[in-house]
Amino acid sequence: MQNEKITYVTSKRGLLNINLSELWSYRDLALLFVKRDLKSSYKQTVLGPIWIIINPLLSTMVFTVIFGVIAGIPTDGTPQFLFYMSGNILWNFFSNCLNRASSTFLGNARIFGKVYFPRLIMPVSGIMYNLVNFLMQTLVYIILVTVYSICGANVHPNALITLAPLLIIQTALLGTGMGLIISSITTKYRDLNILVSFGVSLLMYITPVVYPISQVPEKFRWIMLLNPVAPIVETYRYSFLGSGSIEWLFLGISFAVTIIILSIGIVVFNQVEKNFIDTV
Amino acid sequence: MDKDCVIKTEHLTKEYKLGVIGSSTLRRDLQSWYAKRRGREDPNRRIGSKEYEKGDSFLALDEINIEIKRGERVGIIGANGAGKSTFLKLLSRITSPTSGTIAFRGRIASMLEVGTGFHPELTGRENIYLNGAILGMNREEVSGKIDEIIEFSECEQFIDTPVKRYSSGMFVKLAFSVAAHLDAEILIMDEVLAVGDMKFQRKCIKKMRELAETENRTVLYVSHNMNTIQDLCNRCVVLEHGKKIYDGGVEEAIRYYLGGEKDDFYSYDFIDKKHKEQVRRHDVNLLSVKYNGRTTNLFTDFEKLPLELTWKNNADVKNLCLRIEVYDARRYPVTSFIVENFYSGKKGKVHSQRFELDISRITRGRYYTRYVLYNRLSDTSPYEDVEISAGLMFRKIMNETTSRRWQSAWGSVVLGKAELK
Repeated sequence: MQNEKITYVTSKRGLLNINLSELWSYRDLALLFVKRDLKSSYKQTVLGPIWIIINPLLSTMVFTVIFGVIAGIPTDGTPQFLFYMSGNILWNFFSNCLNRASSTFLGNARIFGKVYFPRLIMPVSGIMYNLVNFLMQTLVYIILVTVYSICGANVHPNALITLAPLLIIQTALLGTGMGLIISSITTKYRDLNILVSFGVSLLMYITPVVYPISQVPEKFRWIMLLNPVAPIVETYRYSFLGSGSIEWLFLGISFAVTIIILSIGIVVFNQVEKNFIDTV
Repeated sequence: MDKDCVIKTEHLTKEYKLGVIGSSTLRRDLQSWYAKRRGREDPNRRIGSKEYEKGDSFLALDEINIEIKRGERVGIIGANGAGKSTFLKLLSRITSPTSGTIAFRGRIASMLEVGTGFHPELTGRENIYLNGAILGMNREEVSGKIDEIIEFSECEQFIDTPVKRYSSGMFVKLAFSVAAHLDAEILIMDEVLAVGDMKFQRKCIKKMRELAETENRTVLYVSHNMNTIQDLCNRCVVLEHGKKIYDGGVEEAIRYYLGGEKDDFYSYDFIDKKHKEQVRRHDVNLLSVKYNGRTTNLFTDFEKLPLELTWKNNADVKNLCLRIEVYDARRYPVTSFIVENFYSGKKGKVHSQRFELDISRITRGRYYTRYVLYNRLSDTSPYEDVEISAGLMFRKIMNETTSRRWQSAWGSVVLGKAELK
């Protein structure tokens, strides 16, 4: 009845030697981490998990006032609130995945130093945790879109909505892939930590979150669309609101970049993971 | 790998680079690299770390070869820095070896710290699931054992309270209970039983022994507490400076570790301060000690211990007192001999004094001693130590029939028969 599987540990580890079956066998742990985070995030707050929804609503309101009302940036004729909310929640999902993954090693050094489990469990549970939050926000968003379109606003949900799940997954993988690379480097060079929070907020402004891509001069538009997050945000918004444009080529490039970044991220992470505790 | 063998390490080595660790920013690394290229001194090297020149390294583990069989309870002992924790870290895959291999059969559950991953906001029950999962159990496995775990932890009453409200003792009990009920074939523990009350410690050791004996689990245990090692283990490995210096029986190993090689002295000259302890007022300097007229430190039955101490007065000494403390092989105090106000002398004088110690009531075994010389400057001032030194050890054997039946578990001092009234 005893487990007879023999495990070998050596100094070398192959680049692609990623033990997915082991990761799968720890799936319960990932779920428990998600549960832990959900439970502990809003312990001893009055509103509890309602904050998950209040947060993006408040920041969307701020966006609407600052960029919509004060700066007067056009939103391709769609209701401003919905326009900003779509970009806002998807962007937050992306940046949360990135931040979470990028603090994998440093943030968990204590527990990693005491017990072994596949280290990838941490970013995986990070994705799941952020996904739960994101889906709740999306639910509110869908309700708002429905209400607006019933009231006859200029909102046209279309067939591209079927693409949304794919876009959501891509966002998670892209953010996590970048985070894994950053996390691996920060075990030695902590400077990057500071750079990342700055870089992420900068990245937001070259992503069509607070303005539509149509506002960017035609000749610069392609540079902007090379930012892998940009086509995702734009397509996602288009699928719910029917405004903006679909750039299939750039969406394809973004998809390829996601795969590449994620692969590099996992390989680097896998190499760093075996000895990082000695340098951290 | 043998069918019976559950852990096998071959030439297991772990090397830490010295001096390299510590710089944590890219700027510093570039600085160091640039300086090295120009042949200058590394600006980021710690001052005073001259010996750790470029490429210098420290072997935390040096070619360890160990084979552990199913069901063995192996204790690992050694001084601080001997490599015990590194060894456990490699086995539990927290870090990987520099060279050499480890092969193990089945799952390893390691407890290098009590309550790793416990979250203060979660309740005891939730933490059992979380901690169980961290240690490698899935949901059904924990569910199947949760009642057993809760019962063992003695925390039934508070199991649905967040653990941040627990006392540290309860915390430890709960954490240990989870680990003790793991299904892993190999259990690794580092000094974790040190916390928790005596009763619970005994319960834990009993549980560990049961697991090994009835379910054929393998236990690896690191501790500085020789008592628990003796209670739990049936094999013991001694590490020193990253090398395995002994592997075998527990008693032998403990003796090897505690006694070292200077076991057979019957006289000793203190040429340096190696065996002395620091005192504030060093009025007396112990020069030598011997068992007068003997060529062995072995004593039988009712033999008395003839001790002779020689010292030099560093200052005028008045009313000197002596305490000879006796410790057993595990370094637990057994008893002490006291002589008060036996000597006064002028500064610079060398004096030899003989004593006779009645050790007839001490049972068989090895004993370590410690000499404490003390006095007080005036009748009203407090006593103060003026010289403390490690003493000669002695070995005691029993031939006399009545005490031959005495078991070591009954204690080290034979108080004799109780009188009927």
